[in-house]
Amino acid sequence: MIEFSIWDILRNLLLATRWTILLSLVSFVGGGAVGLLLLFLRISKRKAVRAFAKYYIELFQGTPLLMQLFLAFFGLGLFGIDVPAWLAAGLALVLWTASFLAEIWRGCVESIARGQWEASASLGMGRLQQMRYVILPQALKIAVPPTVGFSVQVVKGTALTSIIGFVELSKAGTVVTNATFQPFTVYGLVALIYFALCWPLSKSSQILERKLNVAHRNH
Amino acid sequence: MSLIEITEVRKSYGTNEVLKGINLDVEPGEVIAIIGKSGSGKSTLLRCINGLETITQGSISVAGAQLIDDEVHLKALRLKVGMIFQQFNLFPHLTAGGNVMLSQSVVKKTAKAEAEAMARKMLDRVGLGHKFEAYPDELSGGQQQRVAIARALAMQPIALLCDEITSALDPELVAEVLAVVRELAAEGMTLLMVTHEMKFARDVCSRVVFMHQGRVHEIGPPEEVFANPKTPELQQFLGMH
Amino acid sequence: MTYIFEFGWLAEYYPQILKGVLTTLQLIAVGAVLGIALGTFCAWARALGPSWLKPIVAAYVELIRNTPFLIQLFFIFFGLPSLGLQLGELTAANIAMVVNLGAYSCEIIRAGIQATPKGQFEAGASLAMTPFETFRHVVLVPSLQRIWPALSSQVVIVMLGSSVVSQIAAEDLTFAANFIQSRTFRAFEAYIVSTLIYLCLAILLRQALVVVGGFIFPRRAAR
Repeated sequence: MIEFSIWDILRNLLLATRWTILLSLVSFVGGGAVGLLLLFLRISKRKAVRAFAKYYIELFQGTPLLMQLFLAFFGLGLFGIDVPAWLAAGLALVLWTASFLAEIWRGCVESIARGQWEASASLGMGRLQQMRYVILPQALKIAVPPTVGFSVQVVKGTALTSIIGFVELSKAGTVVTNATFQPFTVYGLVALIYFALCWPLSKSSQILERKLNVAHRNH
Repeated sequence: MSLIEITEVRKSYGTNEVLKGINLDVEPGEVIAIIGKSGSGKSTLLRCINGLETITQGSISVAGAQLIDDEVHLKALRLKVGMIFQQFNLFPHLTAGGNVMLSQSVVKKTAKAEAEAMARKMLDRVGLGHKFEAYPDELSGGQQQRVAIARALAMQPIALLCDEITSALDPELVAEVLAVVRELAAEGMTLLMVTHEMKFARDVCSRVVFMHQGRVHEIGPPEEVFANPKTPELQQFLGMH
Repeated sequence: MTYIFEFGWLAEYYPQILKGVLTTLQLIAVGAVLGIALGTFCAWARALGPSWLKPIVAAYVELIRNTPFLIQLFFIFFGLPSLGLQLGELTAANIAMVVNLGAYSCEIIRAGIQATPKGQFEAGASLAMTPFETFRHVVLVPSLQRIWPALSSQVVIVMLGSSVVSQIAAEDLTFAANFIQSRTFRAFEAYIVSTLIYLCLAILLRQALVVVGGFIFPRRAAR
């Protein structure tokens, strides 16, 4: 049997971490774009549109991410596409992330005083103009800390893609464990790498939040 | 033809009718004070004229523009009437100048230089030319309200709606805002104001509307309304002040 | 290509699904009760506890909140045996959920404690209560009540997250779905059905927690 040094293990894990980072970025950016669209639907003036976004969010937040991954993986297959794991993983994570970001951002938009909507309306602005020039610039500022905070959930969420066979950090952990028979060390290291990715995000979210609370005036 | 025509306007929230058939015609250059107890419907009426509330029945038109609840008609109407709020509602992320410039450039597509010149002129007019770069939270309440007036004026409305614009102010700041309004009245601006400032209403307004339980209960020139109230409700209301 | 949906297998396999649902419910019941208990203790320790305990609890909370549940589960199930700690699938799953929810609920409950008006602590002290007595009798219940909605959401999130325990062969609802899809090759249907069951469980659990909250906190919070 080949002997694996701790450096061999770590190197293999770190190589796989690249995929965790890439998938996290894609999910976060894609989820952000879809989430923004959902946000607009969620606060639309039309009841049916609002209801659609509401049920979308409820569905994706009310079911396990793992199930969403399975459904993306096998569901895309129904269209006769030979689905690579990365595609199913990316799709499911984008849709899942979008549902959470849309809801976080809705909270921020709704925390803007009603008078801001009324004042901008009384100046003749249309709904999109109100959003673009008055509401979003204010909502964006308070949205930053919780959005950064949620990015941690995205990074951790990518771990589940190992189950449908996408080779990232968690999958690499399993593969390396099977080769080395050192689960304690390997999963310990995997956990530490995730921690190294997530903790700075958590911490900066906290710091940003505190800053926002202390200096609610910040030009 | 009157400038603002309010005809048989009714407004209900659920089963609660807050405006029960309002008729009021406002001539160009008139300054009208709307007084009454809280809950009498006076603020609701003002908000209806600006389309912030949709009316249940009746019609409102401003200089021939009908109040219809869609974006095109609302925009046309709102370009003709400006509104000042009790809570100022300045945009906190923009400077005083930015507040005054925003809707000019966004709604009217005015060029930046032109919008800025207009903003400076309007801020000067309310005595705040030197506060162009200040953010709302660096201004006193009275200054914020004056910026709000400048912001509405920059859209060159033909009438202004003032919804209890001094009620959120500390007593010592009320005068500076009223001075601006008084000046606007003298320049011939058409004003509809919901107010508790009886002395101001008496001095400046051409007509006073007393609202009671969703109706125009009494209406007339201030000297008549204040000196010789006809209904017991108005007598009681004035007695409180 | 037209795919024809087939749900005939449901009749044959519903016992598996039922068993899976019961296991998932058992996991979240244990996880919620013990996890919130652990979280309450940790919140006390972080907010008001002895200074030697604070960094230990902080490290635990940060470590758990910044690593995936799946890895925590694998570490407990595959990693701990090398320290001589053999655990069954269900035990490992239960422990992982308690440890996970403990860390999250710690932070939520701590926020509730920190929102307590200072006067409450002072009033307790002025009545000759020890700090712990004040915490136990004056601060704790209103704090929990304040954050009950957030805590409820977290419990639902952990319940949904429990679907990964199927990966260590704990026979929960996801395990049942995997089993059915491997037998029937009706993957999409199997996962649709189990996804909808999860959705129902999430909605029911949320309602149940509202009821439980009404039971624990019969009086309205004085904020």
